Amino acid sequence: MIGFINELRRRTPLGWLQLSRHRSRLLVALSGIAFADVLMFMQLGFQNALYDSNTRLNRAILADIVLMSPQARNSQSLSTFSRRRLYQASDIQGVKSADAMYINTVSWKNPQTRKKTIVQVIAFNTEQPALDIPEVNAQLNKIQLPDTFLFDKGARGDYQQVFDKIEAGGEVTTEIDKRTISISGLFQLGASFGADGTIISSDENFLRLFPKRQAGSVNLGLIYTEPGADSSQVATALKAYLPDDVKVLTREEFIKFEEDYWKSGSPIGFIFGLGVTMGFIVGVIIVYQVLSTDVNAHIKEYATFKAMGYHNSYLLGVIFEEAIILAVLGFIPGFVVPLGLYNLARNATNLPIYMTLARAVMVLSLTAIMCVISGAIATGKLQSADPADMF
Amino acid sequence: MSSVISVQNLNHYFGKGQVRKQALFDINLDINTGEIIIMTGPSGSGKTTLLTLVGGLRSAQEGSLQVLGRELCGANEKQLTEARRHNGYIFQAHNLHGSLTVVQNVRMGLEVQPKIPPAEMIDRAKKMLEAVGLGNRINYYPDDLSGGQKQRVAIARALVGQPKIVLADEPTAALDKKSGRDVVELMQKLAKEQGCTILLVTHDNRILDIADRIIYMEDGHLISDDSVNALAIAGDGARG
Repeated sequence: MIGFINELRRRTPLGWLQLSRHRSRLLVALSGIAFADVLMFMQLGFQNALYDSNTRLNRAILADIVLMSPQARNSQSLSTFSRRRLYQASDIQGVKSADAMYINTVSWKNPQTRKKTIVQVIAFNTEQPALDIPEVNAQLNKIQLPDTFLFDKGARGDYQQVFDKIEAGGEVTTEIDKRTISISGLFQLGASFGADGTIISSDENFLRLFPKRQAGSVNLGLIYTEPGADSSQVATALKAYLPDDVKVLTREEFIKFEEDYWKSGSPIGFIFGLGVTMGFIVGVIIVYQVLSTDVNAHIKEYATFKAMGYHNSYLLGVIFEEAIILAVLGFIPGFVVPLGLYNLARNATNLPIYMTLARAVMVLSLTAIMCVISGAIATGKLQSADPADMF
Repeated sequence: MSSVISVQNLNHYFGKGQVRKQALFDINLDINTGEIIIMTGPSGSGKTTLLTLVGGLRSAQEGSLQVLGRELCGANEKQLTEARRHNGYIFQAHNLHGSLTVVQNVRMGLEVQPKIPPAEMIDRAKKMLEAVGLGNRINYYPDDLSGGQKQRVAIARALVGQPKIVLADEPTAALDKKSGRDVVELMQKLAKEQGCTILLVTHDNRILDIADRIIYMEDGHLISDDSVNALAIAGDGARG
């Protein structure tokens, strides 16, 4: 190892000197790599935001065990099952209580712009908090009033005046299916890919809004276990006890169910994966172009070095040195630019897009791999550096 | 004097099968330490081929070719690469690396030798550049030098490792009369100081006088390695 470091110190940093001698060419190369990095960062960022935002509701649910229809695909299309299953669930030892949750999407009129847009309606029995959202739990008394709802501050769209008015203590009214409702409070959840915003109210208000829905067919069953009970054991008992027309999931399974849908059940995971691959390939092509141009430009010098007694491996080292330098230098702007773009995208979409260390490490590794692959292809050109042609 | 290069019954062919063409025919040649040998002859006479074989840039096929006591006939690529490290090369074009400064270029001639510490490499490169009269240009890039200056850097690079043999191919071809003359005289002077042997291929009759011995080649045959004869033949060639 010490020998290797000494060898490195002796060595002329040829790759760096070659790259830095042609500043404009280096800048073009670096912006190309940065572009590939930005592409990858954005794709990965959106992908992660998708998983995060779509499991936000699942994460917020306080229940220890969740019942749902076997037909359910994700929290935007849950299908329904009979409320009787909830009463049956109460028979199992360790179950403290079982409540219904109703979820539906509906088009409402944006109170500010008067334009129609899709929101998700969540409703539950207000006698006990169902969600881990402090603002909701503090305003449960408000949604017990008829046709009164709470609205998501993280909703995507033009709602600033609505927020301001409610925060000042006022109330905003709007229309859903020709029924007038009022919004009397706010909470923070955030938009997802499936819904621009969420409104929350009591189960009674939900049934007023959707007269065709019956109280007896519910979307989710929220099961709370006795303190000290093992929820996975209770879940196993429920699975055995309840008929097959209902699915029993622990809280963790419920989150994973949602994530799995977006990862594999929907085309979206594939699309973003493809986006990352495209960024990677663009990077490989750009770096290959840069390195092969560089090898071509120096082919006579390389042949001279071979004539002087340098081994082929020395020249391979020069190319890989260039590849690694390009990867590291290109990564710097490729990392900084997405920080700004994430910010921009977060403000524009209200999606939870943040830079994570894991992602930065991942993209840096991908960049290094990308540059080394390009370097490996470019070394093919070295064969044409024949010292015998020098005379 | 001991012989540094010894060639016996050397034949060389280019191409394979039907298109195989013999380039060198039964070459016999002995070169002693410290000699300056000029090889001359018309284009296509095989003198450059012989030079590349001696330099280990091509692998010898038939006969015997001993350089510094090492048999190069049938040597593999790795052995040839190692053998090249004992030689200094000066090409028709200077072939300096455009991204390296003058002193970095010369240093490359030392870096190939294992185990020279970095400080010593820089030191020797600087001294060598002073010896070729470019001590005040060490941080220039080759693009900022004249043709003659570049060729002097190339000489410094070839000689800095104190090679036993210097191989030069038309080192004056790209230079005007004065700088060409300066360059060969510099080569001669430094080679004498270091005691190395020079094998130089040239068409340039103006520099033949620096040679201890002149070899005349034609159509792959070594016609004469007698100085007087070779001069006479070369002179005829130049006039005709």
